[in-house]
Amino acid sequence: MPGFLLRRLLAAIPVLVMVAVIVFSLLRLSAGDPAMILAGDGATPEQLDNVRRAMGLDKPIVEQFFSWSWRLLHGDVGTSLISGLPVSQLIGDRFGPSLALSISTIVLAVMVAVPLGILAAWQQGKPLDRMVMAVSVVGFSVPVFIIGYVLILVFARWLGWLPVQGYQPLSNGFWVFAQRLILPTLALSTAYIALIARIVRTSVIEVMGEDFIRTARAKGMGETAVLIRHALGNAAVPIVTIIGVSIAMLIGGVVVTESVFNIPGLGRLVLEAVLARDYPIIQALILLFSLIYVLINLVIDMLYSVLDPRIRY
Amino acid sequence: MSSSPAVAAPVAPASPLLAQLKQTLRGWPVIAAIVVIVALVLVAICAPLLGTSDPGLIDASQRLKPISAAHWLGTDAFGRDVYSRVLYGARISLTVGLGTVVIALSLGLLIGVVAGYFRWADAIIMRVMDGLMAIPGILLAIALVSLSGASLFTVLIAIAIPEIPRVVRMVRSVMLSVRTESFVEAATILGTRVPLVMWRHMMPSTLAPLIVQGTYIFASAILTEAILSFLGAGIPPETPSWGNAMAEGRVYFMLLPGLVLYPGVLVSLTVLSVNVLGDALRDALDPRMAKRV
Repeated sequence: MPGFLLRRLLAAIPVLVMVAVIVFSLLRLSAGDPAMILAGDGATPEQLDNVRRAMGLDKPIVEQFFSWSWRLLHGDVGTSLISGLPVSQLIGDRFGPSLALSISTIVLAVMVAVPLGILAAWQQGKPLDRMVMAVSVVGFSVPVFIIGYVLILVFARWLGWLPVQGYQPLSNGFWVFAQRLILPTLALSTAYIALIARIVRTSVIEVMGEDFIRTARAKGMGETAVLIRHALGNAAVPIVTIIGVSIAMLIGGVVVTESVFNIPGLGRLVLEAVLARDYPIIQALILLFSLIYVLINLVIDMLYSVLDPRIRY
Repeated sequence: MSSSPAVAAPVAPASPLLAQLKQTLRGWPVIAAIVVIVALVLVAICAPLLGTSDPGLIDASQRLKPISAAHWLGTDAFGRDVYSRVLYGARISLTVGLGTVVIALSLGLLIGVVAGYFRWADAIIMRVMDGLMAIPGILLAIALVSLSGASLFTVLIAIAIPEIPRVVRMVRSVMLSVRTESFVEAATILGTRVPLVMWRHMMPSTLAPLIVQGTYIFASAILTEAILSFLGAGIPPETPSWGNAMAEGRVYFMLLPGLVLYPGVLVSLTVLSVNVLGDALRDALDPRMAKRV
């Protein structure tokens, strides 16, 4: 186990290096002078020269990459061009709302999708199964912002049950916090409920055809116990995979949802940075999200060998 | 989609596959999906004939009007006819979908074939693909568009690039499994040149999964374009795309929800139809999956 852990950790390093190379080249491959992009549109020639010298842009490109990576490894992700604040501080300030939205979305998605998928598998081919499958195809075909706006229209405007938008930290009281998180969570989780329910259904159906299920039934085990203990346990690997993939995919949805519901999180920070052409922030956020992606994949791989002791690397 | 049986033919003996394809395409959801897609293509082609006015025509006296005989879906904040703009939006969305599929599949196929055939290239290519896959697609697309300036072409490239690694992985895995097959070895022993072996003997095996992946890329490209435009990082705002229509309409959502919802329904319907078709094609072309589901 420790050997496997170490090997898996080492395998993540080249991926991260590759991400750094891509993010680094992104700014340099794009049309135009990076100094011009970094200095902003209205920069004078002197300002440009200053930026070039400060950024080390007059040095060879390989040297630039290594000094940039060196600063990254020391936790220096740069400063915002607009506000002049350290990017790490800006990200820290915005982290809470996004984390809250992501956690509530994944928890809701798993809590709804796993039972739904099992139910569909159990009723395979029957009307209930067809309905779940139909709803799930619709679920990931509708853009998240459309779902968000329809929810706002129905629950905030027509029924008046919930606030239209905004965010309140947990420290202001649980209800105030939860109230503003309900609609964004519902909107964002729809696609993931659809995705996870489909995979759960497929995996459970596949396992239900195995010999040990027949044995369990033959020895007189109840259908519920067969489903929960034997089928779900053995279908766990693909289910955990898809939940992990969902968490990793969440970032795109978070950007859109935060924009619809006016939540001041990392997604909104991305958009603000894009509109202001504040590239150090964009770079840092791409790096951060990629790091999260790699870490989640690492955790999934480790869970595999816990869930299924046959899996060894 | 009538061309798919012909394209799928090289994969295996044609007759059982064709029979299965026909059977899979028989269900009513698939028929409905095909009808919707055909209708959208027709609308996109005939947009100038079906439109009631110029989609770019600004009329300040007709701002934010509700549905009427002159404006079948009302007007937007610039007094432009929403119905005509939505029709032209079909053009943009289908162009983006098709363009992304062409770029992602052709580049993915090329890179995947090289990675799957040449051992020396494999390690490097797959590391680059791993790195690309680790970057969230939307974020990469937003960054690419904002760096290289908004235009239809940059949006196409920006949406296609994050899709490429998955195509490469798939093509590579098919190539790896095919390269040890006896017909490939036979061709190599007979002295067939390497590009010809790859093109004529190995590449056809990737076609069926490529078609399936292509439909999913098509659907996701339309969604991504809508999201990018909605976020203000997409096609230039004056272009009548569905995403732009929704982005402009969001300010007036409480007043006229239709400005967001009409294009939204069309995006959803298009993506839904393509996804349904993709599922059906997957079941027909990938018997392993069909048996499972």
